Order: sequence, then C-alpha cells, then structure tokens
Amino acid sequence: MSTFEIFIALVKGGIQVTIQVTFFSTILAVILGFISGLARMSRYKIIRFISGAYIEIFRGTSLLVQLFWIYFALPIIGIRFSPISTGILAIGLNYGAYCSEIVRSAIQSVPAGQTEACIALNMTKAQRMRRVILPQAFTMMLPNLGNQLIELLKSTSLVSMITLNDLTYQGNILNATTLETTKIYTMLLAIYFIIALPITQCTKFLERKFSEGRA
Amino acid sequence: MWDWNYAFSILPQILSALKITVAATFSGFLLALALGLILSVLSRINIRPVSLVVKGLVQFIRDTPLLVQLYFIFYVFPKFGLTLEPFTAGILGLGIHYATYLSEVFRSGIEAVHAGQWEAAKALNFSRIKTWTRIILPQAIPPVIPVIGNYLITMFKETPLLSAITLVEILQTAKIIGAGSFRYLEGFTIVGVIFFLLSYPSSLLINKLEIKMNNQN
Repeated sequence: MSTFEIFIALVKGGIQVTIQVTFFSTILAVILGFISGLARMSRYKIIRFISGAYIEIFRGTSLLVQLFWIYFALPIIGIRFSPISTGILAIGLNYGAYCSEIVRSAIQSVPAGQTEACIALNMTKAQRMRRVILPQAFTMMLPNLGNQLIELLKSTSLVSMITLNDLTYQGNILNATTLETTKIYTMLLAIYFIIALPITQCTKFLERKFSEGRA
Repeated sequence: MWDWNYAFSILPQILSALKITVAATFSGFLLALALGLILSVLSRINIRPVSLVVKGLVQFIRDTPLLVQLYFIFYVFPKFGLTLEPFTAGILGLGIHYATYLSEVFRSGIEAVHAGQWEAAKALNFSRIKTWTRIILPQAIPPVIPVIGNYLITMFKETPLLSAITLVEILQTAKIIGAGSFRYLEGFTIVGVIFFLLSYPSSLLINKLEIKMNNQN
C-alpha cells in the first residue's frame, strides 16, 4: 500500500469515532468542570465534600483504569454502556475533574475588589457571578482549557483498547492485515498532530492576547 | 456481587505486579528529567536551526498520543533493527513523552532566573558550562520542584498504557485475572484503589511543599 492509501484508510475508518468522542467528552468535561468547580466553593460543607470527592477520585486514579472499570466492571453490577458511551463518559468524567480546578483557580484569581464592588452595588450573588466574576474569569480559563482539550484529544486514543473503532484502533487493524508498520504508525502520529495543530495555535494566540499589556 | 474473599485472594498477585508499575514510573521519570533538561538547554542555544528543530520536535511529541508513540517504539523500531523489551520500550516512551513537558517546566525555571545572574557570570569570567551548572541551574530548578513532582504523579497514572505493548503491570494483571474468572469488578477496583492510595497522599505532600516554598519567598 502506498502512504497515501494508508492515510485514506486510516481517516476513512477511524476519524469519525475520534472526532465524536473528542467532541462529546469535551462538552461533558466542560459542564462537569463548571458544576464541580463552582460546587467546590459552595457555602455548604456537604456540596464541597461531594465535588471534592469527585475531583480527587477521578484525578487520583488512571484514565485507563476508569475506562476499564466502566467497561468491564460496571456490567457486573448491572449497569451497561455501549463502547462509545463508555469512552465519552470516562473521558468526560476524568477531564471534568481537571477542568474544575481550572475553573476554580480562575474564579479565585479575580481580584477581591470586584466582589466587594458588587456587594457595595447591592447585586445579588447570582448577578455577581454571572455579570462580573465569570466574564473576567472566563478569559483567564481559555488558554488552560485549550491545553486540556489537546490532552483530551490525545487521550481518545485509549478508547481503542475497549474495541472502539477510532484512528488508533484502525491503525492496529491495518497493521495486522498489511504489515506496513512503519508507514501506518508514522501516518497515525501525523494525523493526530494535524488535528491538534489548530487547537495549539489557537491556544497560543489566546495566551498572547490575554497577556498583552499586562504585567 | 462484591466478593471480599475473592478480592483478598487476588490482592497478592496484583500487589506483586505493583513492582513493575513503580519501576517503570521511576525509570521513565529519570529519563524524562535528563532528556527534559537537555531539551530545555538546547532550545535556549542561540543557533536558530537547533532551537527551531528542538521546538518543532517538542511540539510534535506533546501533541500526539503517548499510546501511539508506544506502538511506534514497540512495533516500528524493530523494523530498523532495534528490538526492545516491553519494559524498555515503555520507559523509553514515557521518558520521551514527559521530557517534552518537563523541558517546558525547566524553561520556565530558567527564564525566572534574574538576567543579572547571567551578566554577573560573564563579568566574573565563568565558562559557559560553569555558568549553567554552578549559577543558573542551581537557581532555576528548586522553584519548579513541586511542578516536577506533579509530573511524577501524572506519569505514575500513565503507566497502565504500557499494558498495550504487552507489559504485565497492575492493570494488565487485573485484566488477566478477570479474563480467567469472568470477575472484573474486584480486580479493577483494587487497581483503582491502589492508584488512589499512592497518588492522592503524594499530591497532598506536594501541595504542602509548594505552600511552604511560596511562604519562604
């Protein structure tokens, strides 16, 4: 097979699942990240504890272990997910825990004077968060979230280990049938790099933009 | 559903595989430290082709999955006459991948060293090598130790990937046990608990170290 044919075979067979898993687990991770990041700063101890437990458990154990646990161990308790839902769920839960730290640290780095000004202006807590704190925190989060997105994209390769037909899985299959090992794995690395490139460039641009004119 | 007797019966087997996981973590980490330091110094050298190549290489390795890199080392290297054991291929993959992350950490440490230190070293006629080893690095590395520690924990959690290139570490051991008995719940849960018990206290320790170091400054 020529290099070009290998490229076509890999993309045709695997890119759809890779993009799908990346897209849906990113959405899940961002939602979970915001919820647990905000919950970590709650007034109520029980809410702080629950979100803390979620964050530490998913950050403290390995993603592949979580993936295998959901795929192999949960069905024994009677909870069964399809491979693609397992992939999205595991990656979303795992990266949600990392996102929550980004959300929390960004919110906490908004100067205290902003909160004090809101209180002085008699804003409600919700207004303060929505109109003043979050818009400022959000710009600070973006570069870090961009970096997490690249990590997430790379981690989607793990779903090949629960028989999901993504780029990496396609590469392994192709390797077994054609034995064009060198071309296949080189091409595979190149494809991941090409997908990641716009995200890294975007992140670098944001990093520059938000540090412009700031000490 | 959960069988304590069964869980205790498989625990020794999983724990004995922990040696492989820990050995892979630390060997990979040492390799990453050495390569990372070399990369960060190389990217600061004032020869444009060298620093461009290093930057491009770092970006490429950072932006592609460790799993595919492991396959590459394990399956493609033999085509060029370099056949590696799973363990060696694994620490090579881990080491190279995380070297690119650590090089950024070292770079930030080096950039934080005051420019006056370079000038003073030059004024005092220190050689290039002595400037690096006696002046710059001793000041650049201590402040980034907590970050480096966090990467050690991250690498520890990445070692299950080595099971993909047939290394029998703790996750693979649990999988083999599960495949034999059709009981996956206990094995994978034990592996998760082991990871948590080792990585969570370590990260608390690193947090403490970080706070202590910030207070000193």
